[in-house]
Amino acid sequence: MAAILDGLKVVELGEGIPAAHCARILGDFGAEVIKVEPPEGDVTRRHGPWPGDRPNPEASGLFLALNVNKLGITLDVATATGGEILLRLLGEADVFVTNLPLARLRALRLTYEDLASRYPRLIATYHTIFGLSGPYAEYAGDHLNASCAGTQAMGIGHPDREPLQMPLCMGGYQAGAAGFTASMAALLARQRSGAGQCVDIAEADVLATLYNITAVTTYPYRGVTGIRRGNHGSALYPDCLLQCKDGAVGLVCNQLAQWLRFLELMGMPEWTKLPRYRDRRKMAEEYADEVDALMAPWMMEHTKAELVAMCREKHIPLSPCNNAKDLMESEHLRARDAFVAVEHPMAGTVEHPAAPYKLSATPAAIRCPAPLLGEHNAAVLGERLGYDAAALAGLRQTGVI
Amino acid sequence: MTHNMNTELPLEGIRVVDFCWVYAGPLMTFLLGDLGAEVIKIESRKRLDGTRLGRSIVGDRARVDATDKDLLPELQPLNHGLNRNKLSLTVDIADPRGLDLIHRLVRAADIVADNFAAGVMERRGLGYDELRQIKPDIIALSLSGAGQTGPLRDVLAYANTLAPLSGLGQLIGYHGEAPLGVTYPAFADANASIRAAGALLAALYHRSRTGEGQCIDVSEWQCALMGIEEALFDYQWNGRIAGPQGNHHPRFAPHNTYPCVGKDQWVSIVVRNETEWAVFRRALGDPPWAAEERFADAYQRQQNLAALDRHIAAWTREQTAQEVTTRLQAVGVPAFPAYTVEDIFADRHFQERGVVAEVEHPMLGPEHVPASPWKLNTTPPSVRRHAPLLGQDNDYVLRTVLGMSKEELEPLVEAQVVY
Repeated sequence: MAAILDGLKVVELGEGIPAAHCARILGDFGAEVIKVEPPEGDVTRRHGPWPGDRPNPEASGLFLALNVNKLGITLDVATATGGEILLRLLGEADVFVTNLPLARLRALRLTYEDLASRYPRLIATYHTIFGLSGPYAEYAGDHLNASCAGTQAMGIGHPDREPLQMPLCMGGYQAGAAGFTASMAALLARQRSGAGQCVDIAEADVLATLYNITAVTTYPYRGVTGIRRGNHGSALYPDCLLQCKDGAVGLVCNQLAQWLRFLELMGMPEWTKLPRYRDRRKMAEEYADEVDALMAPWMMEHTKAELVAMCREKHIPLSPCNNAKDLMESEHLRARDAFVAVEHPMAGTVEHPAAPYKLSATPAAIRCPAPLLGEHNAAVLGERLGYDAAALAGLRQTGVI
Repeated sequence: MTHNMNTELPLEGIRVVDFCWVYAGPLMTFLLGDLGAEVIKIESRKRLDGTRLGRSIVGDRARVDATDKDLLPELQPLNHGLNRNKLSLTVDIADPRGLDLIHRLVRAADIVADNFAAGVMERRGLGYDELRQIKPDIIALSLSGAGQTGPLRDVLAYANTLAPLSGLGQLIGYHGEAPLGVTYPAFADANASIRAAGALLAALYHRSRTGEGQCIDVSEWQCALMGIEEALFDYQWNGRIAGPQGNHHPRFAPHNTYPCVGKDQWVSIVVRNETEWAVFRRALGDPPWAAEERFADAYQRQQNLAALDRHIAAWTREQTAQEVTTRLQAVGVPAFPAYTVEDIFADRHFQERGVVAEVEHPMLGPEHVPASPWKLNTTPPSVRRHAPLLGQDNDYVLRTVLGMSKEELEPLVEAQVVY
């Protein structure tokens, strides 16, 4: 079965998460991705976690996860020869994916203005924190700053404590996923026009828009919403994480009937009959912690599994708070083949999450592990670009690769 | 920038029959609409989309009588954000005549999308097997909490039950404390929507090259696993179970949000390497504490994070978040205030980037909706029309697209099949 993007050539030049995640999804759909790393390797090679907690740039978990389905070459693109090699690769490419900051793109002559006339069919997908235009285009930034700019951080944490970003720099993955989707749109546009284009993804924009629809649309009427509430979400109780006997569960009753069924499960304790605990909006907005405390004695008598079973039967949306072990052991995820064992020469076999969608005719798939540092230098530079053994040795000696 | 002669939107001419409702699904299909697809939202007065329900929040800003209960489904700003650019066809699909209309529409469509619970489309006679009998190259996408198969396929899923279920919730909260488990606004829906939209575009790309359609089963839960591999691998390799991450970063210190002048005002500061640390110290005026051995490199700063954060907070607390940002950005250190939605509206950068689009709604006047989060220089996505009124496009869809006569249509309206 041929993959959707069979034959599509992608060159990735980035550091960290967004460009790598975007290119990896293109790879999942069958594109050939050449990842260009600096000679010392990508920063995520020094990130971890590592098998047996033994730091090893060839077995860093974050690098392995971000870079399945890729060929890896090392190249010092700041050197004249390195820059020329990169341009030759771009000459053969359909999509260029990067997340270098604007100043570096300019220094390397890799802005879209630099590339457009030379490679009119190339789709150039730029991931930055603040975008390629606007007053903050030149700002230094990282994922935490994007979380703050895009308002997400103000929605995570306790109201009286510091705002939090999504865990594990999740914003970077959002930017990468957006970059993939937008690159696909550009590929569809190219089918019609024959021309490539510039795709500009600002992580701050991604968070400020798609994660902010309620707050933006209701702002003129309700003013500022979306301010963090600890273990509580929206403006209707319950929409929260509650502690129970052996962990925690998420409980959301968007419908009144669901909440009434939950009260029945609890045996309708006396407090539930008081007017103070009838107005679910007020409960959420003014005294959610007080209601949590009233729920606590009953919650603490039950395990996650008991609560899940009871609520499933009564059609009440409640989920266990799963940890890494729970996920790896989940019968449901196993039944969906949600994990794929990938064998890596240095890290051994580790199970990666599979693509989150099943396409009946042309499934996305993990076909090969993340590359070792410079693993495909000879294959790409030698076979593809025609550098012979002596020339490759020369590149190695001068530190270009 | 180069400009091409052919700048039609990437999805112009693509027709989507859209059964999505509430939140995650409509978010995915508005992304398609912004890219030029004709998205026909199938709804019914007999069972209104959840985002059409609810009390009025628009007060006296409406151009119509907002206390008129019959108009409430037309006056919901969130619904308008999620459904801009879409057309509305009101059809009762529980009635065989209604289902027949849908089948006829599918014949003229490219994509069918839904976010019902698993199995609902099949039970309603709209499963992929039926659809492809009608339109062999149809692309059918179902987005659900846990996917179409597996023992938990019918799990009741909202964003904040999915966060704990998916394993994300366990990681949300302050480092070393009990998980908070949720976010406000919700995370899981938007994350799944971006990815599902990408899969749909990939399937369209495939169809355009081979003529082959397919069905796509998207699990929001699995979408949320994209990005937590660090925690999954650490468990597999080292038996460690990751808890709340806070603003902790294994390589960077400082990496946190710090209090500033004003109520609930914060600034984020990230120092990624020793060069940035050196200029950061200088920007602070080289205070004696910053020269202490225990802050000398990233490793030691990690070991003494609480003390480091206290020193930095003492500095930021005397300034506004904007002052800290300006001062640190001047020397190239990543810093930015923690914005609220109010700041997004007021900020010149976000205005220039067009992250909030304006659209005229017939009953509410000018409205603000979040734009699509990507800029394509020759074929930019756009908000071209307000969210539809209920059944606003019945005539266009049934008469123009399906070619029905007035005589054919009238009895269906009377019988509330088209309703």
